[in-house]
Amino acid sequence: MVDDVVDLATRPTQLPGSGRRFEIRSAVARGFLYLVALVVLATIILPVLYVILGGFRSTPQLASDPLGLPHPWLFSNYRAVLGLGSFWRQVWNSTLIAMITVGLVLPAASLAAFVLSRFRFKAREGIYTLFTFGLLFPVTVAILPLFIVVRQLHLINSPLGVALPQAAFALPLSIIILRPFFASIPGDFEEAAMLDGAGPLRFYWSILLPLSRPVMATITVLTIVTSWNAFLLPLVVLNKSVQHTLPLGVTNFSSQYTTDTAKVLAFTALSMIPALLFYVIAERQIVKGLAGGAIKG
Amino acid sequence: MTTIRTLTRPEVRTPSTTKKWPIVMGFLAPALLLYFVFVLWPIIQAMHYSVYHWNGLEPLTDFVGFNNFTKAFGDPVFRSALYHNFIILGLSLALQLPFALFLAVMLDQNLKGRALMRMLFFAPYVLSEVVTAVVWRQIFRPSGAIDAVISGVSSHDFQGLWLANPKIVLYSLFFVITWKYFGFHMMIMLAGLQQIPDELQEAAAIDGASSWQAFRCITLPLLAPAIRVSVFLSMIGSIQLFDVVWVLTGGGPINASNTMATYMYDWGFERHHIGYANAVSVIVFGLSLLVALAYQRWALRRDVEGSLTAMGA
Repeated sequence: MVDDVVDLATRPTQLPGSGRRFEIRSAVARGFLYLVALVVLATIILPVLYVILGGFRSTPQLASDPLGLPHPWLFSNYRAVLGLGSFWRQVWNSTLIAMITVGLVLPAASLAAFVLSRFRFKAREGIYTLFTFGLLFPVTVAILPLFIVVRQLHLINSPLGVALPQAAFALPLSIIILRPFFASIPGDFEEAAMLDGAGPLRFYWSILLPLSRPVMATITVLTIVTSWNAFLLPLVVLNKSVQHTLPLGVTNFSSQYTTDTAKVLAFTALSMIPALLFYVIAERQIVKGLAGGAIKG
Repeated sequence: MTTIRTLTRPEVRTPSTTKKWPIVMGFLAPALLLYFVFVLWPIIQAMHYSVYHWNGLEPLTDFVGFNNFTKAFGDPVFRSALYHNFIILGLSLALQLPFALFLAVMLDQNLKGRALMRMLFFAPYVLSEVVTAVVWRQIFRPSGAIDAVISGVSSHDFQGLWLANPKIVLYSLFFVITWKYFGFHMMIMLAGLQQIPDELQEAAAIDGASSWQAFRCITLPLLAPAIRVSVFLSMIGSIQLFDVVWVLTGGGPINASNTMATYMYDWGFERHHIGYANAVSVIVFGLSLLVALAYQRWALRRDVEGSLTAMGA
């Protein structure tokens, strides 16, 4: 499985449409394809649009005509949410935890992948397999004992209590993406560095890392997205509402204000913005990394 | 399939081999430590806790052997949760993946707006499970958006009870899961499609194959690795389903959309039967492992070269 994943992640992607592949040419069939595309697009966009526009309406408006447009446009819901200290605190907490997670994953994964790709030693493949084994298990399965470990380390209600396990669970995919990339860097670089008197650490820092910027970016982006969207781990680790991340905030807000639908929609819409913005900016890394490998499906 | 072979090429020529071990161990240490403490150790602990009756606080003394496991399989609620996981799994394989394949082939065509479509189809995957669930909970609400659409079309008052009817809720859930994940599987298959050399198709065309024949006999077999990854991820994901379910339905109404993971969460974090909930974790873990091993055999039989995980992940 891992081989398939690596293959997909590392093979060069050729530009689509450059040659003749399985082509559908008949006008009727192509018309049908556009129709399907339209339906799928509507199914994706309309719910999101419903939430965004709903935030500009009032709850009575929403109840009397769920599908109507805002009339008049109300800005009070969005203003109220943006005025909430808790909303901004949650944005900050999510950002902080994502940054710590990245700060842990990048050095740990790249150092390990460096050794696992460019040194020869007996336990190498065994250790690599041990890491790939982690692909099988998202946090969900281990959440109970993980919670106990975090409690034993006195990290309940600490951002580290979320970031450390997240970093650990991000290692398998990161190492699997990094290893073939590191291995593909020609040995000449290394010899040259050696002749200049550079040791392995120096080579790693001054040559390997700068050459690996694209793949490190992919890992950064994947780690941020996973951390930003994480729900179960923050749910069990962060009990105090001041510590809550955005996904916890969204669930709490929506169950607290069940009667004020419009405000829930405004809160949800605002909480989507960071992830969507990030997607627009980093689409290439996300797609490249995930199409090759993200392991939750 | 060649990761291992290519890896053996460039090696560090350490002048003094005595200095290699400290470097190897030092560089591996942070990752190994993190991985052991937060991934391996908890999994080992889960197995340990699963044979005790334990509330998570007192000392571990009440050894119950495999009672927790027999209790789980004897509980109709757990059995129905297991059944729900497999319904979702079956539906994903039967409907979601073919749909994703269809869209991948479609986006591989020369259609206008293809890049935009690809970007938007994948967008739900980037939204968190929580946001997805909250959005759809609002839309599925009684007299909400979906009901209004159907009422409008059929011109009489319609109430779907999409999340409140135990007979329907699982399918609503599957719809939401498909909404969120089809783009991901589509991307995997699209990546696979774009690896297939055009020459093969051209050759087939020259030999007089229809484009459907070329698709069935050339594209599809060559796409097998991508499809296998999708199938595998979809199975693992279905077995461990939690976030979307928990926020969308909480496993209800009356357990009608429980999954093994929500059942485990309920017993562990709400009722504090930690030993029992760990036994459920171990079952989920065991099933995932079973799927992985089955996948291995299946994939390995096809790729004699497929190497590394023969070592027993």
